[in-house]
Amino acid sequence: MSTWIAFWNILKKDMKNYYLMPSNVNWGIFFPVSWTLTQFIRSSGNIDVLEFLPGLMAVSVLFATTSMLSVTITFERKGRSFERLLLAPLSLNALLLAKITGTILFGLFIASVPVLLASFFVSLSGVNWGMAYLSVLLIALTSTLIGLVIAVSAKEVFEAQMMSNFFRFPMMFLCGTMMPVQKLPALLRIAAYCLPLTYGTDILNRSITGASALPPLACIFALAVFSAILFGASRYTINNKWIS
Amino acid sequence: MDTKEIVNVSNLKKTYGDFTAVNGISFSVQPGEIFGFLGPNGAGKTTTINMMIGLTKPTEGSITIDGIDAQKHTKKAQALMGIVADESNLYDEMSGFDNLCFCASLYGMKKEERESRARQLLEQFSLAQAGNRPFKAYSKGMRRKLTIAAGIIHYPRILFLDEPTTGIDVESARQLRELIVDLKNHGTTIFITTHYIEDAERICDRIAFIVEGKIVATGTVEELMESMSSGHTLQLVTEQDAQELADDLQARFEGSKVSAAKGNTLNIVSKDRIPLLPVMQYFDQKGITVYEAKELRLTLEDVFVKITGIESGHLEKEKAGAGK
Repeated sequence: MSTWIAFWNILKKDMKNYYLMPSNVNWGIFFPVSWTLTQFIRSSGNIDVLEFLPGLMAVSVLFATTSMLSVTITFERKGRSFERLLLAPLSLNALLLAKITGTILFGLFIASVPVLLASFFVSLSGVNWGMAYLSVLLIALTSTLIGLVIAVSAKEVFEAQMMSNFFRFPMMFLCGTMMPVQKLPALLRIAAYCLPLTYGTDILNRSITGASALPPLACIFALAVFSAILFGASRYTINNKWIS
Repeated sequence: MDTKEIVNVSNLKKTYGDFTAVNGISFSVQPGEIFGFLGPNGAGKTTTINMMIGLTKPTEGSITIDGIDAQKHTKKAQALMGIVADESNLYDEMSGFDNLCFCASLYGMKKEERESRARQLLEQFSLAQAGNRPFKAYSKGMRRKLTIAAGIIHYPRILFLDEPTTGIDVESARQLRELIVDLKNHGTTIFITTHYIEDAERICDRIAFIVEGKIVATGTVEELMESMSSGHTLQLVTEQDAQELADDLQARFEGSKVSAAKGNTLNIVSKDRIPLLPVMQYFDQKGITVYEAKELRLTLEDVFVKITGIESGHLEKEKAGAGK
């Protein structure tokens, strides 16, 4: 019970202090809108919304979650308020889950903005929403955990942002959000399958367009493995670098 | 009073490569007392407190908090602790009230309980008027007060205070000292680190001097002073040159050592306390006016300097630096 009280209040505090701030909500709306407009102009108006939608959703979630968690934790660590959380009688697992849950919820909201936009231009009745939101959840989870790994490694907020970009930009180009992974040269294709976003985008593609390179279960398994590794790496870093 | 130690630290050591920050220290804290760690910056105070609260892993040694092994059962031990860092580490955007409620929730307190406790603490710490203001709008003194309130919101068995009066104005420091003593009077055990001698002298029941990672002395203020005292000194300021009077006075008070200080000032040093009447009678018979007579006492600062070998000027410099 006491763990649940602490968990819920950390989540509520993060939502209020960070994720529901007007600037972040605005960013969540403007990012997919501007991205869509860029693609629209680039393709001279001949944009296939259904084909474009999975990539846009995946990129939106990736950008929102990695930077949000890495920046907020680095910020809290610098102000030493994160130390207060570490010293509370709450297990490290529960603390980290509380911190990432807020970011994942933010990711789910961000993913819904392009869906809403797309619904004005095309019928979405053929979309498998259960699978779509499962993949969004998994993309949000792995991207958030990448943010967590960055957060526990960075000392300054600007360092966290720089490190986020180091992960995000290659993922954006390699993971099938802008072009199918199968069209990439062999070496880059290997690199793509070393990145979690490739698997998330693949399930998202299947749920929206019906096409995918891998079976969904294989993708879910790969994402679960990535999540476990990233979570373990974050825990290890906190236990061995922060409490040393 | 329960005499079971609430904190027991044994042979605690922390090294960083070749550097030894804390070198095999041992001490205990009794329930209901204020135990102070006094030492210059870099002496190992914060490293020690960090090991006790579970923020730093000791290289060697053991720590028990209320009978719980703090290294094996860190979270259990942390549930008994209130921790106030040397910086006010609450959330700037949240109000004082919300900050307190949030801190209470980390210890599993239910909504009604944490809200009523937060209101009670805001009242107790004279912050009720500012309860709805964001933390970032608080003055430094108010921030320290609220941070201490957050540290005790869950009724901890022991409160750890790291440099509580550093960087705040004189009046706020005085109020904080009063609050700390008030907490002790209400049964809270307090472990405090400071490099302000007056903080240690005014509020601590027992003090440990820590220098270069080692405890060099522990005791009450009186015990520490007694250990360094070489006797009682009576200082007199008369109308006559002290040098001329010293020999005659020495002959009269054989059991004591009389010496002339500068100008018209004389010092009489004795193993026992010096009764004033015979001394005054002597001067009266000689027709010499005495302007001033006082017993010279060692200050805690004198004792600290004698034991640690650290010049008081060095601490003064630290005080000025910390106050900036």
